Amino acid sequence: MKVLVPVKRVIDANIKVRVKSDQSGVELNNVKMAMNPFCEIAVEEAIRLKEAGAAEEIVLVTAGIRQSQETLRSGLAMGADRGILIETDEALEPLAVAKLLKAVVEREEPGLVLLGKQAIDGDNNQTGQMLAGLLNWSIGSFVSKLETGDGSISVVREVDGGLEKVRLKSPAIVTVDLRLNEPRYASLPNIMKAKKKPIDMFTPEDLGVGVAPRVTVLKVVEPPARDAGVKVSSAAELVEKLRQEAKVI
Amino acid sequence: MATYTAPLRDLRFVYEELFDAEEITALEAYRDATPDLVSAIYEEGAKLCQNELFPLNRSGDEEGCHFENGNVRTPEGFRSAYAAYVDGGWGGLNCAPEFGGQGMPHSVNIALEEMLCSANLSFSTYPGLTRGVYRALRVFGSEAIKQLYLPRLVSGKWSGTMCLTEPHCGTDLGLLRTRAEPTKQDNYRITGTKIFITAGEHDLTENIVHLVLARLPDSPKGIKGISLFLVPKFMPNEQGEPGVRNSVTCASIEHKMGIKASATCVMNLQEATGWLVGQPHRGMQAMFTMMNDARLGVGMQGLGIAEIAYQAAGAYAKERLQGRSITGTKQPDKPADPLIVHPDIRRILLTMRSFTEGARALTCWVARNLDFRDKAETEEARQAADDFVQVMTPIVKAFLTDYGFEVTNMGLQVHGGHGYIRETGVEQYVRDARITQIYEGANGIQALDLVGRKMPAHTGRYLRSFFHPVQRWIEEQSTNTELQPFVLSISKAFGRLQLATGHIAQAGLRNPDEGGAAASEYLRLFGLVALGYLWARMAQISIEKQGGDDNAFYAAKIVTARFFMERVLPQTGSLFAAIMSGSSTMMEFPDETF
Repeated sequence: MKVLVPVKRVIDANIKVRVKSDQSGVELNNVKMAMNPFCEIAVEEAIRLKEAGAAEEIVLVTAGIRQSQETLRSGLAMGADRGILIETDEALEPLAVAKLLKAVVEREEPGLVLLGKQAIDGDNNQTGQMLAGLLNWSIGSFVSKLETGDGSISVVREVDGGLEKVRLKSPAIVTVDLRLNEPRYASLPNIMKAKKKPIDMFTPEDLGVGVAPRVTVLKVVEPPARDAGVKVSSAAELVEKLRQEAKVI
Repeated sequence: MATYTAPLRDLRFVYEELFDAEEITALEAYRDATPDLVSAIYEEGAKLCQNELFPLNRSGDEEGCHFENGNVRTPEGFRSAYAAYVDGGWGGLNCAPEFGGQGMPHSVNIALEEMLCSANLSFSTYPGLTRGVYRALRVFGSEAIKQLYLPRLVSGKWSGTMCLTEPHCGTDLGLLRTRAEPTKQDNYRITGTKIFITAGEHDLTENIVHLVLARLPDSPKGIKGISLFLVPKFMPNEQGEPGVRNSVTCASIEHKMGIKASATCVMNLQEATGWLVGQPHRGMQAMFTMMNDARLGVGMQGLGIAEIAYQAAGAYAKERLQGRSITGTKQPDKPADPLIVHPDIRRILLTMRSFTEGARALTCWVARNLDFRDKAETEEARQAADDFVQVMTPIVKAFLTDYGFEVTNMGLQVHGGHGYIRETGVEQYVRDARITQIYEGANGIQALDLVGRKMPAHTGRYLRSFFHPVQRWIEEQSTNTELQPFVLSISKAFGRLQLATGHIAQAGLRNPDEGGAAASEYLRLFGLVALGYLWARMAQISIEKQGGDDNAFYAAKIVTARFFMERVLPQTGSLFAAIMSGSSTMMEFPDETF
């Protein structure tokens, strides 16, 4: 089975994000970038499938600016086999990414597409679902456990009410949640080898996909600062405030 | 909570902007060391140091090493952290591919060394000694020894030690007593006691390879009668696996001021089996190969520990609210302003920072010359690089550890009383840094090495490998108006260094005590001039690049460079005056009056 893992380059999770002074977006200049943590979990799971003999090849794909190659390299250093970069300077929305991925899926014909459930920049949580819709494939989202079977994939989903077990018909889409695994560190020899692994380059035009944004960003602002709390003198006052001011009871 | 963030941007700056990375990748052996790959290596190495090693630094200090029935148990977490280090293949970063290494340049490896030392100085001593043994065996080991031992040392499965010191002989190895008796099996029985052996015994690796200095029967007296032997803890069997236990055992471990998670051992050898490394009676030569590398490594420790001290102090100064700015309240919504508003705090922080960034540039400069020394195409280029390494080794060792220690102390000062108690963790940096001024040749010995050996060598040829490029750069920039403040400062300091050099060379000929009396101040003067020169060059690059994408980085570099020129480099004036005053005050003082 071939596993396709779409990955995204985002601001490093340890960096404090700053809004640009003109409020057009967040500051990306000379900010440390890294692979989206949920994507790392997807890459790790793919590597574990390969180590267990359930997958033969792991292909990483990303869409974005040329520097996104670094993100592919870090996944290749973890143990993926090759990469695909769809190069564009356009700000990509989930639907555009899903369409690009559909085109890649049709070329690569994987048995499984493993994605992070969301990227920590936009927090959209849409790409995997949209891709499943476009392909008309089965999908298991928010997955915290995954087992491959004969022609099917069993997953445990983290849903609001608890855990849900689902068997998916292959080929399938799986979006992964935080508790699926703990991604490994890339070893030094693998970082060196990753440099020599192939990365194919495409543009959205090569794939016949239009990626022009459909959403206009009016402005990006910092969340409002939280006001200081108040100390209440009695339980009765607290109940009163919850009822009258917060209107939650 | 304390954090460590590897200075990746600055490491990249020195590797690919301050110096030309293409000069490294032009060397056949290092053509893979392109900035993109190097950057990927730095990032992954940083993860290991930040996430695995740094969290063990404080707990390792609190717990220390345990000595139990001749065995040493390292603090909680060290075994799994070491396993992560070995699994990641980090031990082989700059080792030869034929022995399982990755063959990357020294100029890349020093970044990993710095990060290891910042994250956990105690931990760094275990792989640090292994690297020294690797290098000594690589140069002086027989083919059989190399094939058997090097791959296991490179992978980190086995570790190494240097067994020099004995109870009655530290600096003066000529007094050494450990004996080696030849056997009929082409090996030796070695007997003696060694002390202060870092990583002499521990539970991180399945085998430990000791390099031991000992005397053969009928050896010449003193330093010329010492040979080097390889003594494994377990004798390798035919499969190369650890076999029979050798009679080299740990008698106790020391209780120390700092680096408490690093096992400092007393080692007893009782007719332990050993193999000769190199020629009989030529052990010091082999040991010096290892020592010179180790001295540069200790210099890296000075830088690494200073960096973490700076990071802690900077973070604390921004969050600790105490007092109001003397020019009027800066944060009226808070009960007090943060420490960072106070000029004296800023003075301390910039003194710390101008050292760490300058030292980082210096270590990269020296490491590049290790690369050229090993891999340059012409004998001439290799020789020139070696000249530079020779003269800079005592400076890197002593200047960076003396100054590094001062920086940890400055970091403590920023924390006030909260630095003196253990909770903030910064007093550990002061304690850990202190040993770096002592081991691998105390800093006074380094100063004597500089003045007594390196200065006169080949009628000043080593010195010229530093003086000429600095002189040339000053001349080239003499018409660069934008750079004038920097060029003037460095020319003045450089002039002092030249005059002091001439003075010591002449006065030392008449009376060696003159050289000895001036040595430590001369070494510091030399170190400050080296940093000043590098700061001037960093300013030059940053002035060219400012205003672009990464403006904040370059703007900070320019101000830090100015700070160094205006507030630190003038110390060369007082050092110069002290040097020129000669030795009379201290040598005329009667011994019995001390």
